[in-house]
This record gives sequence, C-alpha cells and structure tokens, in this order.
Amino acid sequence: MKPSRPSDPYWMLLPTLLLLFVFFVFPLGMLVEHSLFSWDLLTPARYVGLGNYRSLLRSGELWQTFCTTLSMSTAVVLGSMSAGLGLAVLLDRPGRWAAFVRSAVFSAYVVSWVSVGLLFLWLLDADSGIFASVWRIFAAGRAPQWLADPALAPWAVAGVTIWKITGYALVIFLSGLQDVPQSILEAAQLDGASKARRFASVTWPLLRPTTLFVGTTSLIASFQLFDVVRVMTQGGPVRSTTVFVYAIYEQLFLDLRVGRASAEAVVFFGILLLLTGAQFLLFRDREST
Amino acid sequence: MRARFRSSGWLGQGVLGVVALVWLFPYLWMGLTSLKPLAEIIASPTALWPKHPTLDAYREVFRSLPLARYFFNTSVMALGIAALQITLALPAGYALAKLRFRGKRWAFGVIVATLLVPAQVRFVPVFSLLAGAGLVNTLTGLILPFGVSALGTFLVRQALLSVPDAQIEAARIDGASELYIVYRLLAPLLRPTLVSLFLFSFVSHWNDYFWPLVLTTDEHARTLPLAIALLREQGTGVRWHLVMAGNVILSLPALAVFAAAQRHLLRAVTVRGFGG
Repeated sequence: MKPSRPSDPYWMLLPTLLLLFVFFVFPLGMLVEHSLFSWDLLTPARYVGLGNYRSLLRSGELWQTFCTTLSMSTAVVLGSMSAGLGLAVLLDRPGRWAAFVRSAVFSAYVVSWVSVGLLFLWLLDADSGIFASVWRIFAAGRAPQWLADPALAPWAVAGVTIWKITGYALVIFLSGLQDVPQSILEAAQLDGASKARRFASVTWPLLRPTTLFVGTTSLIASFQLFDVVRVMTQGGPVRSTTVFVYAIYEQLFLDLRVGRASAEAVVFFGILLLLTGAQFLLFRDREST
Repeated sequence: MRARFRSSGWLGQGVLGVVALVWLFPYLWMGLTSLKPLAEIIASPTALWPKHPTLDAYREVFRSLPLARYFFNTSVMALGIAALQITLALPAGYALAKLRFRGKRWAFGVIVATLLVPAQVRFVPVFSLLAGAGLVNTLTGLILPFGVSALGTFLVRQALLSVPDAQIEAARIDGASELYIVYRLLAPLLRPTLVSLFLFSFVSHWNDYFWPLVLTTDEHARTLPLAIALLREQGTGVRWHLVMAGNVILSLPALAVFAAAQRHLLRAVTVRGFGG
C-alpha cells in the first residue's frame, strides 16, 4: 500500500530503529572495540590489540568455560528433552487430571529462576535439606555434598535446570503430537501394530522436526544460563559451574576487567551465532527435502 | 481384556501422580517451611507439617525489607517494558507489513538481525553506555534497553499481513489518521497476539534477575528477585524460614498470572518457538 504521506513509514519505524541502534547495534561495535583494550573502569584504557583473546586462550580459561558450559548444556538438553517427550506422550490425553499435571509441569517454566534456585538450595541443603534427610534415612550414611563437591555441583545445577525447563519441551512436543495425523495411527493399529511399534514407526519419525526444534532452541537457551548459577553456586565450587555468562559477569563486576570481559563476550557471541547458523541450516535442509 | 485395559489405566494414573508430586512438592515444601519457626526446621528437618504454624517469618521479611518499594520498582519496570514494546511494535509492524517505502528491506533486516543478540552478550557495553549517561540505578535505565522487542515487532508484522488492505483503505477514505488506524482499528484486531506478547514480556521481566543485578547497586532501585536472592546472603547462617517466606512472596504473583492466563502464556511460548 502507498503511505498517506511519504514520511509516514519513517516516523513509525524511527523509535524502534533508534532503540535497536542504541542498545543492540552500537553496543556490539563497542564490545569489539573494548575487547582490544585493557581497562579497569578507573584508570585510562590501554590498547593491547588481541592481547585479551591471547591471554584468555593461553590461561586455558576460555577452554575450561567452554567445556563447563557445553557439558552442562548437553545434560540439560538431553534431560529436558527426554523428560518432555515422555511426559508429552503420557499427558496427551483428555481429562482434567492430565490437564492439571500438564499445568503443574509447565508452571515451573513460568516461575523465576531466583525462586527455583532458592527453593532447590533449600531442598539440597547439606544439613537440613529434605534430600539429605531422606538420604540419611534410606542410605544410612552422610549425604553427598551436592553443591559443595566440584564433581557433583554441575550436575545438580543441570538437574535443577531440567526441572525448570521441561515444561517448555513438554508444551512444544504436545503441539507436535497433535500434528501427527490420527488416520496414519489408526491405519497402523488396524494392521496390528502394537502401541510401542506405532510410536517407533509412526509418531517418532513424524516428530523429528519438533525434536530438532526443541533440541536446538534449548541448547541455545541453556548456553545462556546464568541466574541459577549466580543464585545457587556463584560459579563454584572451584569454578566447576562457571558457565560463559557467569565468567563474563565475573570478569566485569568482580575483577573490573572490561577488556577481557568484552573479549570473552565476543567469543561467546560467535559461538551463539554458530549454533543459530547450524539450527538455520538444519531447518532449511529439512524443508528442501 | 477389559481388566487389562483398566489396570494399565491405573498404572498411567499412578505415574501421573508421581509426576505431579515431583513438580508440586517443592512448592508445597516452600510454603510449609515458611510457616515453621527456625528451631523446628533444625530439630526435625523431615517433619512435613509445622507443629506450631506461625506467620513470624512473613512479619520479619516485611519488617526488614522495604517490600512496597521493591513491588513498585518491579511492577513499574515490567509494566513499562511490556507497554513500551507493544506501543512501538504496532506502528513499526504496520509500516513493515502494509506500507511501501524505500529502505523497507533494510529496516526489516536490522530488526530480524537483532533477534540474534541476547541481553547476555550486550550487557557489558550497555552497562558502560548507561553508566556514562547517568542511568545506572534508575527505572529508565532498567526499561529503555528492553523498550523494543525485535520478536514482538516481527510477530505483529506477521499478524498484520493477514489483514486485508481494503479495510485500511476504507478507514482512510473515512478520514482516519494513520495513528487512529494503527491504535484504534488494527490493535483490537490483533488482540490475542498482543495479549500474549504483553503477558509473556511482563512475566519474564518481572522474573528477570540478570539485568537488575547488573544495573542496580543502590537499594532504592532494586527489584524483588534481587532483594529476595539477597535474603539468603544476609546475617549469620541461613534462616530458611525467612528465605522461603520471601520466595513465596516473589513467586505468588507469577503463579497467579500463570493460573489466570495460562492459555495466553502457552500461546506465547509456542508462537515464540516458531519465531526463533
């Protein structure tokens, strides 16, 4: 359509583009620039070229952060997807009780990370938490230090994350299940296929795009995990839960190293772009076949 | 045959019961802990019901924290962001969906590209930007960086594509201004989309911890999630009854919105999913 006045579309877009420029485009440029300086917010910045990147790589910090983030994210994605799919199959039925259970699982996705973090800190408390108390009754020994043991803490935090975001996978899988044509399932039933066989040969292959979608979006989201780490472990014990965003936050606000924080953020952004690119390619391939 | 069917039904119901318990017990435990005196929590950590239920923990939280202030900050921030996003997304989406002009592809490209930049990446420079402008510790500083939702703009544009041009032309012939068309004619047509966007934005910013943590150092500008998280870090030894009372206060509004508007939030999540 022709605008009433030629200037109309421009002022309609102006506030949106202005805010996007100030808070998205310009900051990205600033981020790259800052990453080339050594700056503590107090004394003047000093140009160091790629020094920040080099020291991040050499100290092994970047690699460690990447491995921590990747292993926790993988656990979160696998856990929440299998729980979400299992629950979707179980809950894909009419009735109030099923609807109630669906809501219960999804409610965790709506409550804040702070609430969930605090709640599980209490449940996992080593002295009087319910997990430790139940452990003492059944295993009759000292309960493991879920959050104080570097070998256990990442998995405890990942477990809490799975509890929180399974509702997301559940909702998307449920809508995927609803798209599976009833006629094919009925035809398979008439041919004498068992329930398990129908799931394996009909439902699961048809759910592939949904599975791929839930997998990639949850992976990208769990790479950005921060709140639950900040509330539950502050990156510890012994940096065992220092994921990317927490590492960047720590560099900036605890160590006042703007340059290093920026360099790490640039690398982090690059990884997110790669993941998004991979998602895009996966979906384009699927559509063209 | 029939018996087998029924027994598998019971088994299914049982599994559902366990699932419900796994997701609901933590809330129940939170509520019950907040009603116990600290001595009771330490003496018998597995006792389900409080022996001497008391609201002391809530009284203490209300006494030690300026909760009214935090409620005010958090509501103004979350409502401000949600309202601003929708107010700006409507005209922008309208221009992109319905109007012909030079630079349209370019503008659309910028909006879609910013979908790729999460807050967790831009917080370092945005923090120094806002610090330079003296906006740290202000509600303006908390609201402005989220004033535009690229996803919201995109979804409004998609929804407007299906509105027939003839309807807009008829309004123009009747002498309606473009502002009238956007806010009075088209906005009501997009009601379901807008309600979902508004609620989703409101709840996620009400819950937001990261941005207020980065952008506020002063207790006057603090928001509720931040204040409640700090409850645990104060004093000697963790006073779990206080932390859980605070947690009930923090999560009840979100759960209430959820109970009242579950359908809209579900829509937002599934649509959001497809928007990327």
